[in-house]
Amino acid sequence: MKAQNSALLQVTDAHVAYGKVEAVRAVNLEVRTDEIVTIIGANGAGKTTLLNAVMGILPLKGGVSFAGQDVSRIDIEDRVAAGLSLVPEHRELFATMNVEDNLLLGAFRIDKATAARSFEHVYNLFPRLKERREQLAGTLSGGEQQMLAMGRALMGAPKLLMLDEPSLGLAPIIVADIFRIVSELKAAGVSVLLVEQNAQAALKIADRAYVMELGEFILDGAASDIASNQRVVASYLGFQHEGESAI
Amino acid sequence: MNTTILLFLLQDGITNGAIYALLGLALVLVFAVTRVILIPQGEFITFGALTYASLSAGQMPGTIKLAVAMGVVAFAFDLFTFRKALHARRVLRSVAVNIVFPLAIWGVMWALGGRPGNIALNIVLSLLIVAAIGLYLYRIAFQPIAHTSVLVLLIASVGCHLALQGFGLVFFGAEGQRGPAISSDAITIGALRFTGQSIAVYGITIALIIGLWLFFGYTLYGKALRATAVNRLGARLVGIRTSLSGQIAFLLASVIGAISGILIVPITTLYYDTGFLIGLKGFIAAIIGGLVSYPLTATAAILVGCVEAFSSFYASNYKEVIVFTLILPVLVLRSLAAPAVEEEKD
Ligand SMILES: Nc1ncnc2c1ncn2[C@@H]1O[C@H](COP(=O)(O)OP(=O)(O)OP(=O)(O)O)[C@@H](O)[C@H]1O
Ligand SMILES: [Mg+2]
Repeated sequence: MKAQNSALLQVTDAHVAYGKVEAVRAVNLEVRTDEIVTIIGANGAGKTTLLNAVMGILPLKGGVSFAGQDVSRIDIEDRVAAGLSLVPEHRELFATMNVEDNLLLGAFRIDKATAARSFEHVYNLFPRLKERREQLAGTLSGGEQQMLAMGRALMGAPKLLMLDEPSLGLAPIIVADIFRIVSELKAAGVSVLLVEQNAQAALKIADRAYVMELGEFILDGAASDIASNQRVVASYLGFQHEGESAI
Repeated sequence: MNTTILLFLLQDGITNGAIYALLGLALVLVFAVTRVILIPQGEFITFGALTYASLSAGQMPGTIKLAVAMGVVAFAFDLFTFRKALHARRVLRSVAVNIVFPLAIWGVMWALGGRPGNIALNIVLSLLIVAAIGLYLYRIAFQPIAHTSVLVLLIASVGCHLALQGFGLVFFGAEGQRGPAISSDAITIGALRFTGQSIAVYGITIALIIGLWLFFGYTLYGKALRATAVNRLGARLVGIRTSLSGQIAFLLASVIGAISGILIVPITTLYYDTGFLIGLKGFIAAIIGGLVSYPLTATAAILVGCVEAFSSFYASNYKEVIVFTLILPVLVLRSLAAPAVEEEKD
């Protein structure tokens, strides 16, 4: 079967289970070339589970095709080689190695010349990383670690970057920075699949969005439509700041 | 006790300690990268030493046959793994590594036709044979179960040790062997006499440690290996195959084991099962280093060497007992200092 013309990532009828418990059920997902797609949903909805399964970290029942190739059976490393890249929820940096080595290893699979260009690209996006290139990754601040995780993923020149809550635990000003960079990536020809708690910000930069609840997609459509959907406003946008007033 | 004896024992201890340091470092490396506690390290020592001794005596060592046979099995494993996507490049690479490489070594040995070659050639051949065995051992026994728990890996490791030791007995018999020294010169400084062999031990140990340091600090593959040790999932996410890191780690460990064996066999008579005991001392150093710290392991290895030297002088019957007892206070201290450690999951 030939993939639809511009579908870069196509996930069909995906099920992911932890033992007997299905955390992701019957999910259909598509990311086209040059598109930012976001998945929003409450804690425990299954967003991380889905991304990890698409990357090959967890076994997935169903179809995953990427850039016209069936990748549902191949190893993580081969998916990376195909141009799929994940910045996982816990970042998974090489804590005892410095920033530059972390980035260098991000380009492990690609040739030296491309890697040199990637370095330039990443240091342009994150000037902070260039200043700190001798520092050990484990001693970076949370925001810097997130930048490094994204930078390391970009070093491999991926076609699709999957980000799992890049704003987690970061100050608003850094979050704004990260979101600005994500929207810049699109201009640089990298498609993005973004999982976010911060639905407001995510919907602002995304082209399309999926809403996930209890392991299933309950809504999808253009980001602007989703942002004005009654139900989404009530459950994900309206009460954004309620938690803070409790202090 | 007079100073001469003290110095002599220290010298002896440091010579042995240097070898234990190498072995300990290899154990730490393999554990960090693959979570395998490398019990068969001892067989790498024995195989290296006795292959070298056999070659020097103009005999064809059985280890080469083992290397060829293991290569064939490893190739079959590779083919089975590739069955879903049989790319020509992968298959060719596998043929080169698993079939051509051991056959080429055999070819060279066959061309020598039982004449004892020179020392350097014998050393290189022995190292290559043991390196091949180490590489295939990982491919056959550990790569297929790489994702299982440390306990399962340890059981497999014990199994490999027993099997390889059995092969050692078949190949080399129950009699001990000695090999020719790398250098028979000696120099005397004050009361101490340094044999060429002990100087070779220091020199090669230091060169290897510097070489490893350069490899891990400055090469892409060295860094990739460290990355796997630090964060296995992170490494996979940038495309570093766990199996590639494992193969490099086993390759390094087997070469280090073989070098240690070749350095020892001119000094001590080695039997098919001696390697295990020597490896165990490297293991004690590695445990004292907590299986993670390289500098601590190297220091502990020197300590183990010195304790061994002094106890063989004062209480030679209890030499091994004293050395192995070293591990007890360390384990007690560690278990008091560290909270309960959970098995790493991934
Ligand atoms: N290793 C696991 N074993 C068993 N259940 C798990 C495991 N990991 C996650 N789950 C369960 O699967 C469900 C989905 O978890 P997941 O981490 O995918 O949610 P999420 O949408 O990413 O949430 P969050 O926004 O909090 O990150 C949850 O109910 C969680 O408890
Ligand atoms: Mg999550």
